[in-house]
Parts: sequence; structure tokens; C-alpha cells
Amino acid sequence: MQLTPSTASVPGPAVSAPVLEVEGVSKRFGGVLALDDVSMDLHAGQVHALVGENGAGKSTLIKVMTGVYQPDTGEVRFQGVPTRFARPRDAQLAGISTIYQEINLVPQLSVARNLFLGREPTNRLGLVDFDRMRAGAIRMMERYGVSVDVRRPLQEMSLGAQQTVAIARAVAEQHRVLIMDEPTSSLEPSEVERLFAAIGMLRSEGVSLIYVSHRLDEIFRICDSVTVLRDGRRVHHGPVRELTRLSLIGLMLGREIAESSRITGFGDEGDVAGGEVLLEARGLARRHVLEDVDVTVHRGEVMGLAGLLGSGRSSTAKAIYGAQPIDAGSVTIGGQTVAPGSVRAAIRAGIALIPEDRKAEGIVPGLSVRDNITLGILPSLSRFGILAGKAQDAVADDLIDRLHIKASSRDQKVSELSGGNQQKVLLARMLAMAPRLLILDDPTRGIDVGAKAEIQALVSELAARGLSVVLISSDLEEVVEGSHALVVLRDGAVVGSLQAGEVSAERVVELIAAAAIAAAIDEVPEALGTDDPTNGGEPA
Amino acid sequence: MTELVAAQARRSRIEWREWLRENGVYVGIVVLVIVNVLLSPSFLSERSLRLQVVQVVPVAIVSLGMAVVIGTRGIDISVGSVMAIAAATMAAFLGYGPIPAIIAAIVACIVIGLINGGLVAFVGIQPIVATLGMLVAGRGIALVIANGKLTEIFDPMLTNLGTAAFMGIPVVVLITIALAVAVSIIVGRTTFGRHVLATGGNPVASALSGVPAKRTLVAVYVLSATLAAIAGILATARVKAADPSYLGSLIELSAITAVVVGGTPLSGGRVRVAGTIAGALLLQLITATLIRNNLSDSTSRMVAALIILGAVYLQRDKGNT
Repeated sequence: MQLTPSTASVPGPAVSAPVLEVEGVSKRFGGVLALDDVSMDLHAGQVHALVGENGAGKSTLIKVMTGVYQPDTGEVRFQGVPTRFARPRDAQLAGISTIYQEINLVPQLSVARNLFLGREPTNRLGLVDFDRMRAGAIRMMERYGVSVDVRRPLQEMSLGAQQTVAIARAVAEQHRVLIMDEPTSSLEPSEVERLFAAIGMLRSEGVSLIYVSHRLDEIFRICDSVTVLRDGRRVHHGPVRELTRLSLIGLMLGREIAESSRITGFGDEGDVAGGEVLLEARGLARRHVLEDVDVTVHRGEVMGLAGLLGSGRSSTAKAIYGAQPIDAGSVTIGGQTVAPGSVRAAIRAGIALIPEDRKAEGIVPGLSVRDNITLGILPSLSRFGILAGKAQDAVADDLIDRLHIKASSRDQKVSELSGGNQQKVLLARMLAMAPRLLILDDPTRGIDVGAKAEIQALVSELAARGLSVVLISSDLEEVVEGSHALVVLRDGAVVGSLQAGEVSAERVVELIAAAAIAAAIDEVPEALGTDDPTNGGEPA
Repeated sequence: MTELVAAQARRSRIEWREWLRENGVYVGIVVLVIVNVLLSPSFLSERSLRLQVVQVVPVAIVSLGMAVVIGTRGIDISVGSVMAIAAATMAAFLGYGPIPAIIAAIVACIVIGLINGGLVAFVGIQPIVATLGMLVAGRGIALVIANGKLTEIFDPMLTNLGTAAFMGIPVVVLITIALAVAVSIIVGRTTFGRHVLATGGNPVASALSGVPAKRTLVAVYVLSATLAAIAGILATARVKAADPSYLGSLIELSAITAVVVGGTPLSGGRVRVAGTIAGALLLQLITATLIRNNLSDSTSRMVAALIILGAVYLQRDKGNT
């Protein structure tokens, strides 16, 4: 099996010169420092994992390496030469490929045409030699263990096969560096195995890979080295085998496991847990997304949903809000069942949600601050469908004032506000609906420190006044400090819950790690026993 | 230093472009009026002006509905066929009197609008495809209703509607102005209008905020079909004949042009009512200017095409700046 780590089969990292180096790169977007003095290097035949939570800077770093962004400071060296890729195409020509299914491939064309796009074999007449192309395509696909009809359009293939086409194409073009951004996120297990086999083959040919994933099992199985990013900074860089699952999770979340246990929380959590139950979500399930998730929230309680990116924390929130279709499960508010799959039913029941992606799912950029704030309650501010301007102004002014939204006036376009103020506008929109339960999905992501503190303070104030809150954050510390109780998720399932008084970052990390280890033992028992030393001595 | 100057120059260029996008259509109208007056002072005569404003009525009314549809990131290319259905239905029901005939025509077109909106909102078909189907089918429906024939209209109330004037202003123009004011109020002052702009500006965010996006979409296509029906009725009244084969043919193109030239972005989230009416007027003036100067209709189409390109070019980097 080719999946043995690099030390034996190819020249060790210490001997060969790095193929791709990033040194001291910083990148700032407005007030947010997305990358702060980040360095990493990638050697030939190495599979290098790039990990970190939402907003840690993974995608920015990749975009700097592939010419989508130019670094503000620092430099990128490709095969030892300082390089500035002016645009993604230049990086591709130099031999750095990013594998997304959708890029560089034409879904309507056949597999063979895609594989040979731009370098089709021709016959004596200068026309495309379809026989040779087809034969070549079949050979290329077979190398990766994929047998498909290469004459069929690419879009009819499974995602795994499409990915293989992208990889085969990149390799055929002699690309030296492949970047894979969460390649397994939508693959079936058998396709994942095939992808890993392909990665092993590429590694033995000296191709370097950057592997972005939040699935720790995969990182320990196929990666040689790892760079961990957190808040735009590099917090770790080194061989994977020096880490355990527990220490890697700790690095990603910013917690030393050895750190003495510190119980945080709010003073009166005892009363809270004793209060009446407001939300009861039972058995939320959705194939490949959620698995029998239960969440209970009491009146005035802040319930944190903790877990790594992709653990199902956002999907759980959206399922409660009716924005994520579910196959099974029920949501009740104050004993009343909420019709599943309907956001409007959830809102009527008193649930409000501030989505994770402020730009794509939150603000309506062309509308004013006032219209954004009142968007959810327009019918109640109108008579016979005609808006009462004064009532709208009053609601907006009140919330602008209460939340300290910094806007030149309520008529300013919301797109002109800073991220923190946009987030406050969304909070105002939800508060205007007078909810009983407020779901906050990563409410302080990408906003400056001042606004962050304000929003955190506001949330605890609201909870103190009896509003129930479900809190999600990519910053573990924020969930731990802001929540009375926690539900910990992994791979769409609840792996543990912490009651008031037991909430601590260490407990969360332990729960996630324990579940990760249990899953690894379940999934690949034979690998543990035989040829996969990265997994071997680990569950300590 | 030079960078600063360059940045300033760029900013002023962006501002200038922004200004032109908002007001270019009015500038165009002023320029064309001046050109026409210089070429032939008779342009300002009452008869000539009346002709211009009466001729613009169908396109202006249809483009009002089009502007609202475009505000939701949609498009309605079935408007011409809807006009034909309105004309044919009205002619068929004229035996019951003019008012029932008008009501029947409008109800028929509301049904068409419900179908368009249902296909877009509930079935999830792309607006251009859904309304393309209706563009083809609608013309056929109109021909079936009218037995494939042109029907002359002799009803005095209807023919009067087409030609009468109130205080020197043609009634059809007054109706157009009233509709423009109504649409302007709907867009600017009603819950529905805000829902339209929100759905067009960010459909996901609107849905997550409880905006009834599907209902809004259906209503928008019904509004567009209703306005097209009114345009069809007025056009029929003016020419005193219901012509299911040709009435409203290609009007969707003029309407889309009027909306875009009037500064409503195709990317949704904004509707400019006054600009849309001005856009329709500008198109009318272009045609009139070229015809008065003995240039063919085909030339005027090419000029219109250039103006569309210019307007779309100005809208090009919306969002980036």
C-alpha cells in the first residue's frame, strides 16, 4: 500500500529543497488581519495538511499561494524562486493546481474531452483523433482505479469520478503542486478510499499536495506534515506524527489540554437549569448531515453548540429554524410543535436566527439600515399593505440606539457599514421580531474586537432578561464563556453534553477527541493493526 | 503622491459613472429634444408632442411591470403575448358590454401571471424560460380565442378611450401617469414593495428573515401580466381593432431596454419607476428622431442596441465599487 508516510519511500523533507515556500505572509482586508506573518513550506512528495477553524485564514493562504490575492508583506517562493502570481492562471501555468470539481472542467463535455482539453491529439488532417483520445483517457482513468465510459459527459459522473478527472488532468499537465480543499466533503466512503489511493500514487511520483480538511481521521491517515492556523496566525507547523488527535484539536481551538481546568460560566446558572423548558428539539436527522440530534433549552439559558467546523452545529441551528430540511425529528417551543421545514412557522413560534454568513445570508445590501432592521416585521408596521414610515423609523431608531449601531443615519445603505455594525443590524432585525429563542451562528466572526465584546455583552444581557439563546462560535472560548450549558457535536451527531457547572474548554476538547478516536477505531480496524503507523500508537 | 492622484481620479471616474447611470436617461431625453427642435421647430407643436406621448403608452405601461419583475432578479418576456390575449379576450367578451369585456381581459391575464409566477416560484423554473414558454403559448392562446382573426372594435366607449383627451391631455397618457404613480407607491411605500426589493437584493437573507418570497414572486408576475393587459386594452382601443397576431410583438425587448436604460439594475434589489418611464420615452424619441430624418426603422433599432450596450456597460461593476 502506498499510504505509508513519506520517510521511507521518498527523500525526507529535510533533504530535498521545498517546492513551495510561503514566508512571513500577511494579508489585511479592511480592519481584519486575515493572515498574520504566516510561513510554511512544502516538499516534493509530501502531503501537507492545512487545518484551522472557520476564518482561521486557510482559504486566504491558499489564495495567496495561487495568485488570487497578492500578499501585503512576505513572499511566496516556487521551486526556490520568489514568485508573484499576478492571477490564478499564472499559478496554474507554473504548475500549481487547485482541485475543485467545478474549476477548469466543463461539465457538459465528455470525460475524455475534459482530460485532453486544450491538448487534444490530432490526426494527419489536424482534426481531433477521437480514438486516441478515448484510449488515452481510459488509460488515465484506470491508473486511478476508475472505470467509466469516458465518452459520457462529465456531469453524469459521481463527484468522486469528477475529482479523479481533475486530478488526472493536473498530473497530465505536469503540475508539481496540487491543492485540495476539503476534497472528501461530498464523497461516498468508497470514493474516499479511491481518492486516498490516488493521493498515495501522486506522492510516490513526487507530486506535493496541500490537503485542507477538517476531518482529523483523514489527516492522520494520509498527511505527512501539518500547518495549523488560528485567527490568521500559524500556531503549529511540523510532522503529523508528532501530534495526537487531542493535541491537534487543542491547537485548532486554541486550548492547551494540560492547562488546569477552569470552569467558566455565568453566576446564576443553577436557577436557569431549573427554569421551564422552552425549546425541545428531538431526534433531528438528515442523511449525511445530522444524526438524531437532541437539544433542550430552558428559559433564559444560553445553550452552546460546540464542535469543529462541519460537525453539524450550523445544520442543527438551521434545522431548528426550519431552514435545513430534515428527514425526521421534531421541534417544540413551549410545548407547541413547530411545523418542520418552514422558516415562517419557526418565526411565528418565536425563533430567530442570525446566520453564519453575514453577507450571503444576512444583509440585503441595497436596502437602508432601517429597511434591513424592519425586514422581518413589515406587515406589523403597515396598514392595508401601506408602510407606516413613522412606525418603521421609530423601531429602527430605537434599535440603532440600543445596540449602538454606528451609521450616519437610518437611511444609510447597510452595505456601507462595517462588519460589526452590519452584524448589529442583523441582531436588531431579529430582536425586532421579539423572539423567545435567538439562535446566533458565529455572531462575532470577522468583526473587530470592540464590536465583538459589545455583541457578547448584549447576548448575556438578553439572556439575563429571559431570552433563550443558542450560541455557535468558531471560537471555542467564546462558546464556553458565553454558554450556561453545551451540546458537543461531531459528524452531525451529539457526542456529549455539558450541564451548567461542567462547562469548560478542556471538557469540550476531550469529548470531541474521544469521539474522533472511537470513530477511527470503528472505521479502520485493519489499518490499526497493519500498515498505518500514524494511527497505530495513538489512542493514548 | 501619484498614487493618491490616481486614486482620486479613479474615484471621480466612479462617481461620474454612478451619476451617469442614475441620470443618463434624462440627459438623453434633453439632448434628443434639443436636436429635434434644432432640426425642425415643428417638433414642439402640440400635435407632434401628443403623438410622441401617445405612442409611448404601451411600452411605458409594460415596462412598469417589467421593472418590478427585474427588481426580483427575474424577467418577463411573455408581456407581448399577454397583450394579445387581453385584446382577444376583450374582443370576445365585447358582447356583454365594454366594462365586462375589460374585466374579462384583465382576469384572463391575471391567470397567465399566476401561471408564470407559479412556474418561477414553486416549480423553480428560471424566469426567462418560464416566460418564454408563455411567450410562445400565449400568442397561440390569443389566436385561438380570436379564431385567428383580427376583430374590429366599434364600441364607442372603447374607441373613445383610445382617442379622448382631458384638459388637452390624452386619456391614455393620464392612465399611464396614474399607473406609474401607483407602481411607484407600491415599490416605495408598501410591504409588498419592500419584499420585492429584499427578495431581489438577497433572496437567501430574505427567506431567512421570514419574507414570503414565493408569494412575492407570484404577485410580481401577476402585476406584470396585469399591466401588460392594460397596455393591450389601451393599444386595442387606440387602433380600434384587436389584432392577436401582431399586437405587442417584440414589445418585451423595448420594455427591458426601457427598464435597463432607466437605471434599474438587472441584478435586482432596486426598481426605478421614473427612470423606467423616462427610458420608454427615450426609446420613443430615438425612433421618432430617426424617422423624422428619413432614416429607417432598422437604423433606429441599431441605435437602440447601442444605447442598451451603453446602459449595461454603466451597470457593469455594480457591487465592486
